[in-house]
Amino acid sequence: MTRKLLFALPVLLFAALGTYFTLALRPNYDPQALPSVLIDKPAPGFDLAALDDGARVATPGLSGQVTVVNFFASWCVPCRVEHPILMRLAEKEKLNLVGIAYKDRPEDARRLIVQLGDPYRRIGVDREGRTGFDFGVYGVPETYVIDKTGHIRKRFVGPLSPEVALKELIPLVRALEKS
Amino acid sequence: MKRLAILLLTSLLATTALAVEPAEKLADPALEARARVISQGLRCLVCRNESIDESHADLAHDVRVLLRERLVAGDTNPQAVAYIVARYGDFVLLEPPVKRSTYVLWLAPPVLLALGGLGALIAMRRQAGQAGPAPLSAEEGAQLAKLMQTDTPERPA
Amino acid sequence: MITEFGHFALIVGFAVALAQSFVPLLGAARGDAGMIGVGRNAALALFALMAIAMASLIHAYVTSDFSVVNVAQNSHTDKPMLYKVSGLWGNHEGSMLLWVFILALCGGAVATFCRNLPPALGARVLSVQGMIAAGFLAFILATSNPFLRIAVPPANGQGLNPVLQDPGLAFHPPFLYLGYVGFSVSFAFAIAALIDGKVDAAWARWVRPWALAAWCALTLGIALGSWWAYYTLGWGGWWFWDPVENASFMPWLAGTALIHSAIVVEKRDALKSWTILLAIVTFSLSLVGTFLVRSGVLTSVHAFAVDPARGSFILALLIVAIGGSLVLYAVRAPALAGGGLFAPVSREGALVLNNLLMATAAGSVLLGTLYPLFLDVVGGDKISVGAPFFNKTFVPLMVPVLLTMAIGPLLGWKRGDLLGALQRLWLAFVAAFLACLVAYYATSGGPVMAIVGFALAAWVGMGAIVEWAERVALFRVRPGLSLRRAIHLPRAAHGMTLAHFGIAVTVAGIAASAFDAEQIDLVAIGGAMRVGQYEMTLERVDRREGPNYLADEATFNVRRDGALIAVMHPQRRFFPLQERTTSETAIRTGIGADLYIALGDPDPQGRWTVRAYWKPLVSWIWGGALLMALGGMVSLTDRRWRIGVAVKARATGAAAVAAGE
Repeated sequence: MTRKLLFALPVLLFAALGTYFTLALRPNYDPQALPSVLIDKPAPGFDLAALDDGARVATPGLSGQVTVVNFFASWCVPCRVEHPILMRLAEKEKLNLVGIAYKDRPEDARRLIVQLGDPYRRIGVDREGRTGFDFGVYGVPETYVIDKTGHIRKRFVGPLSPEVALKELIPLVRALEKS
Repeated sequence: MKRLAILLLTSLLATTALAVEPAEKLADPALEARARVISQGLRCLVCRNESIDESHADLAHDVRVLLRERLVAGDTNPQAVAYIVARYGDFVLLEPPVKRSTYVLWLAPPVLLALGGLGALIAMRRQAGQAGPAPLSAEEGAQLAKLMQTDTPERPA
Repeated sequence: MITEFGHFALIVGFAVALAQSFVPLLGAARGDAGMIGVGRNAALALFALMAIAMASLIHAYVTSDFSVVNVAQNSHTDKPMLYKVSGLWGNHEGSMLLWVFILALCGGAVATFCRNLPPALGARVLSVQGMIAAGFLAFILATSNPFLRIAVPPANGQGLNPVLQDPGLAFHPPFLYLGYVGFSVSFAFAIAALIDGKVDAAWARWVRPWALAAWCALTLGIALGSWWAYYTLGWGGWWFWDPVENASFMPWLAGTALIHSAIVVEKRDALKSWTILLAIVTFSLSLVGTFLVRSGVLTSVHAFAVDPARGSFILALLIVAIGGSLVLYAVRAPALAGGGLFAPVSREGALVLNNLLMATAAGSVLLGTLYPLFLDVVGGDKISVGAPFFNKTFVPLMVPVLLTMAIGPLLGWKRGDLLGALQRLWLAFVAAFLACLVAYYATSGGPVMAIVGFALAAWVGMGAIVEWAERVALFRVRPGLSLRRAIHLPRAAHGMTLAHFGIAVTVAGIAASAFDAEQIDLVAIGGAMRVGQYEMTLERVDRREGPNYLADEATFNVRRDGALIAVMHPQRRFFPLQERTTSETAIRTGIGADLYIALGDPDPQGRWTVRAYWKPLVSWIWGGALLMALGGMVSLTDRRWRIGVAVKARATGAAAVAAGE
């Protein structure tokens, strides 16, 4: 009996392998999704020069408001794809959007805002990408949802699609606002 | 969609920059050598399976520079690595840390070898035991004799 | 028109493959000679059809017919002719066609060379090959058709990724696929044997040349890929434990085990069910590799474009092919009678140890490659498994492999004399010890593993020579007699010596990489930099125009001890079509060391980024691989494997076992 089982071992191992492969191919599974390690941890502190005036843009959360931090750059093509959705989030949903121009020159970022509109309440300039590094940004755009106590609750990597914004981002922000 | 983002991001910034750039290098050769060793073990996040030491991606460059800053600031190697892991997670470590979720990974090779070796020994024993009592048939005896004959002249002891 | 012809050949090929799958199988079961005969004709017809399909796609590439989607997406009129052709397999659809073409080639070869196989066995082998071909043809026709047309052809094509426009990479895929797909023959033989319920020395004698041929091709394919990485990536790396590399390395490891365990089946009638399993696993790993590369479940640097439908289709094929054969194995293998007995210390014992270590190594590489996926799929941590893990697990497994490699061939079958073998290896001990000393002295210390590596290389290399010298009784008898002995020695014995010696050469090359010297600097025109004992002066940088690129070409005068020894021209190429820049390194290859220069970007002051390396013995890595493949090929010419011999062997049965060496 054990001998028979021994000969069945390869096919059993392969069955396990096949199951994993099947799971890996399920439609909504993204092998490259990389969750932030900062989820449910305090957002990294930052203190950046604001784009429009000499004031500072600093760590959100102290205001007791839910904040959506969006890393963008004028040199990033997907950011332009995302921009109309950000505009809608700001105008229709009145989200508290804070923009961080990642590794961008202020004049370029300003040109982008003039061209496409300004969805952000504040824009900080992260010239060297340090703040991005502290957040664990590895590509722009990236969007972080920060709750009233200043903890990161979710990260969206890549441009927000209307679907993701509607089904994931807005419900999350509303829920956090109520809590 | 994210793939697209990464693709566009990297393609826009790509140059022939080949991994470590002269400008990044630290003046102190000992510190620089440490930086190289550490960065060979850190994964570049936007490239698949490349270390930041090999990668020419922009992000890899940034991490290399920040890593060197930490070393200059006096971090030990583990401290500098921890600084980066705190931001990007264990994912950046090309050598997965030994922890609960990686026990299987780390233990599998020696366990596989041990089980395989044990299995082979048991199989050999069992066959010897099974066939032990049965004496060689005449045919087998002849085979053996032939085998010894054909083998010996090639191998003078 | 020609394109449609190719497309049509694919469709007809699918029908032929289906016929090849079932008619001979049924014929073998019923003992119907007519139906059995269909197998051979179908295999030859399938080969002809796939040749037509390949030829018509090559025609579309060569004539730059951009109405074919595949050509438009991967070719360009300005591309040099070699890359127009190789562009065919530089993409998913075309490379799948190449895959199936090679499969049909193997089927045709089996049909041609195995006339002397017992008809039922031959029929079953061809039928299994037909099933694989049918599966992959269905895959191509359903999801990856290279013959699709566009209604409005573009004026020109999108070109091929500049990184792939390289002679090394032009030939890398065909060899790799010959290896992958070549193992389908031993797989088919294994399945046929399971159906047949009979594995004996004659079976092993039929399988071994096919496995060996596939192994040679795979060795060359992997070596070419590694060499390409070395000269093209601009920093001299040659192995990265990237998932795609691992996908080709796992079948190599399993295949290496297979060609060794088949010896035991052939000579000693033992290890039968294990050898059958290895034959199945080797080809299965090739299939898993294909799946990993093309489904996108692991996205690595050089994965082909990803499409979920393709992934699901290949997965289904995988489950049917691998799952089916392993179920058959579970049911039929227990009935295979165990064969000859042997003591743990014996030639068989050494081969078992080799198999155990190779199988563990293949298993570890598989686990390491897939573990991040496993963890992620079940919602665990996100981790990476990279080179440090593989080095830590793989290298310790290879140390005992190398240690036994010299001893095993000196042990007798059934029961060996370990002490005697070690005594006869005294020269290898001396060589290993000297290698240690020399390495330690010449490099003033260095990583322990590198010194150990040199010692092992010397041990294996000298061990191979000692074994060969013993066989021809070198210095024991008159030289003329030794020569006669060498001539009469079976070719397979020469082949083994060559292949084992090749391993030693490769190991030495790998060990030497611990002593690389590197220099990265900004160099102004007229400026100089040093690496190792060489001084390189940047004389000038010129603009050159290639067929489809612009290049900055540097001229370096290389001096050693003040004497000019070489002028080297690294280039930095810009491909306007793809807006990509690549680095064309300049390498001065030597037996002792390579000098390697890569040109980077200029800075605003007009200084150029230059990376220069001194890499001792690096060319030995691929030289050794070449020797291994050469050894395999020499072995293939062994007359014992010629047609007919195996039949007699089966007829006389026991004599085959006793014939030994």
